[in-house]
Amino acid sequence: MSRDTVRRIVCIVAIGLLAACGGRGGKGGRTIIQNKGSDTLVNVAQAWAEAYAKIKPDVAVAVTGGGSGTGIAAMINGTVDIANASRKMKQKEIDLAKSKGIDPKEWVVGFDALAVYIHKDNPKKKYTIKELADIYGEGGPVESWSDFGIEVPGCDSAKIVRISRQNNSGTYAYFRKTVLGKNDFKLGSNDLHGSKDVVDAVEKTPCAIGYSGLAYATEHVGLADVAKDANSPYVTPSVTSAVDGSYPIARPLLMYTNGEPKGAVKEYLDWILSEEGQKIIKRKGYAPVIEISGE
Amino acid sequence: MSRESTSKLPNLDRRDFAWFVDKGMQVFMFIGGISAIVFIIGIFVFITKEGLPFITDTMNFGEFFTSPRWRPTSENNPTYGALALIVGTASVTGFAMVVAVPFSLGAAIFIAEFATGRTREILKVLVEMLAAIPSVVWGFIGLSIMNPLIIDTFNVPVGLNVLNAGIILGLMAAPIMTTIAEDALKAVPDTYREAAEAMGATRWQIVWRVVLPAARNGLVAAVLLGVGRGFGETMAVLMASGHSINLPGGIFDSVRALTATIAAELGETVQGSDHYRALFTLGILLFIVTFVINLTADLVVRGVRKK
Repeated sequence: MSRDTVRRIVCIVAIGLLAACGGRGGKGGRTIIQNKGSDTLVNVAQAWAEAYAKIKPDVAVAVTGGGSGTGIAAMINGTVDIANASRKMKQKEIDLAKSKGIDPKEWVVGFDALAVYIHKDNPKKKYTIKELADIYGEGGPVESWSDFGIEVPGCDSAKIVRISRQNNSGTYAYFRKTVLGKNDFKLGSNDLHGSKDVVDAVEKTPCAIGYSGLAYATEHVGLADVAKDANSPYVTPSVTSAVDGSYPIARPLLMYTNGEPKGAVKEYLDWILSEEGQKIIKRKGYAPVIEISGE
Repeated sequence: MSRESTSKLPNLDRRDFAWFVDKGMQVFMFIGGISAIVFIIGIFVFITKEGLPFITDTMNFGEFFTSPRWRPTSENNPTYGALALIVGTASVTGFAMVVAVPFSLGAAIFIAEFATGRTREILKVLVEMLAAIPSVVWGFIGLSIMNPLIIDTFNVPVGLNVLNAGIILGLMAAPIMTTIAEDALKAVPDTYREAAEAMGATRWQIVWRVVLPAARNGLVAAVLLGVGRGFGETMAVLMASGHSINLPGGIFDSVRALTATIAAELGETVQGSDHYRALFTLGILLFIVTFVINLTADLVVRGVRKK
C-alpha cells in the first residue's frame, strides 16, 4: 500500500508540474470568433458578445480574459481572431508576430481611466503622479502613510501595502509607463491576478493602495483624485475626464486583428465601433470613441 | 504412463484465442508498467527543451540564484533573479511542515495505535476526505477567510503572507502525511508491541520507545512527501501567499512561490521569448527539487523494507 501510494504521489506531483499550456481553436457549424485578452476589457467584451448574439445568432463570440499579454501572445501564436489589449503592442511583440507571418492591426475601441484605489477610511484622497511614483517606483522614498503625515484608521503599522498586477498585465505596463516613466516598480508589491482582485484587496486592507480600471469601482472603496503635477488641478477619474483628457492616467483600449479583418470579424468590429456598440462600452463605465447622444 | 498423461493434456502451445488474449494482455500490462517512466522522461525532455536556450544564452547563474530581482518584463533592463521565489517557496513549505508534522503524526499515531473500531474507520475516511478538497477551494479559504482573520488577530497590514499560505498548505499536506505515516506505523509487527507489553511497558512507552523508532524511516518518508506536495502546490499558494517578490523577514511578510510565478505568468508570455524560457527554467528547478525529494522518500521507504 505505502509503495503504491508513494508511486501514485510521485506521478501526481510530476504531472502537476506541467502547467497547462497550449491553445485551442476550431469552428463548429456556426461562425465562432475567438476573442481573448485584457482583463480590463473582459467585462465589456462579454457584454458585446452577448448583445451581438441577439443581433446575429449565427455568429458566436467566445470571450476569454487573462490579460493583454495573454491575448497578444495568443494572436501571435495564431489561436485567436481578435486580441483585446489595454496597452499597445511592444515593438518586440510586433517583430515576433511578423516573423510568424502575422500582421497585427490596431483598433481603438474605447478609453479607460486607470483609477487609483485606496481604502474607504483613508483620509488622503488626492495624489500627484510624483507621489504615486514615490510610492510605487524603484528607489521611491515613501514606504509609510506617515511619510505623508497622515494616519489611516485600522492601519496601525502605517506601512503602505502596494497592490499591483502581474508583470504581463496591460494595466501594469500602462501604469509603469505613465506613472514611473522609465523606472521599474519597487519589489515587494502584492501582484494580484485580475482587475477585480485589486479592488477587492484594497477594500479589505486598510493600509492598501492599488490601481485598476475605473469600471471596477464600487462604493466600498475610495477613489483618489490625481494631478499631473503639483501645479495642476486634481481630477476625479470619470468617463468625462477620460474623454476630454484632463485625467492624467487614461488610456486607449485596443483590439488587434491579424491583418485587415474579413467577413464575420470585420462585421463584428464595425458593429463595436458603431453607436450601438459604443453605447454598451459607455454603460460599462468606459469612455466611448465616438460622441454618444443621450443616455 | 507419462506418455499417456501428456497426451491427455490440452496442447498448450496451440495459438488459439486464449493465447492471443494472453499475449495482448501481456503487452498492455507492459505498456502500462513503463508508461510512468516514459511520461517522466517525456516531461523532463520537454521542459528542458523549452528552458535550455535560456540557461545557455541569457541566464546568469549568479544573478539567478542570488538576486531577488525578478523583473522579466522590464523595458530597460530585464532581470531574472529567482532568489526571492526560491526563498518564498522554501519559507511557505517550511512553515507548512511546522503546522503539518505535529498534526499529521499525532493523527497517525492516534489512528494506528489508540483508536479502535468505529472511531478509527470514521477518522480514516475523514482524513481521506480532507485530501479530496480541491486546492483552489483551499486558496479561496486563505483569501477570503484567513486574510481578514489574520489582519484582525495580529494587527498586521496584510493577511496574505507566509503564515496564511503555510497554514493552508500544512492542512493540504497533512492528509497525505497522515495516511503514509499510519501505513508506516501499521507495518511495525505486533510482536514488537506484545514483547514490550510483556516487559511491563505502558502504552505510551510502547508508542514512544518501540513503535516510533521502528517506524522511523516510514515517518521520514511521510514528511518528505509532504514537503514535495508543498513545493509543487500552486493554486492555493498563489492565492494565499500575497504573490509579492520579497525576502521574508518573518511570517507576516508576503512572499511569492516558484509555482505561483509560473502559473501567473506563463499564460501571458509569448512562446519562445526569454521570459517564457525563464519560466521553464523555474520549472526545471522545481522538477529537480521535487524529483530529489520524492526519490529520497522512496529510498527511505525501501530502507525500511530491507530491515
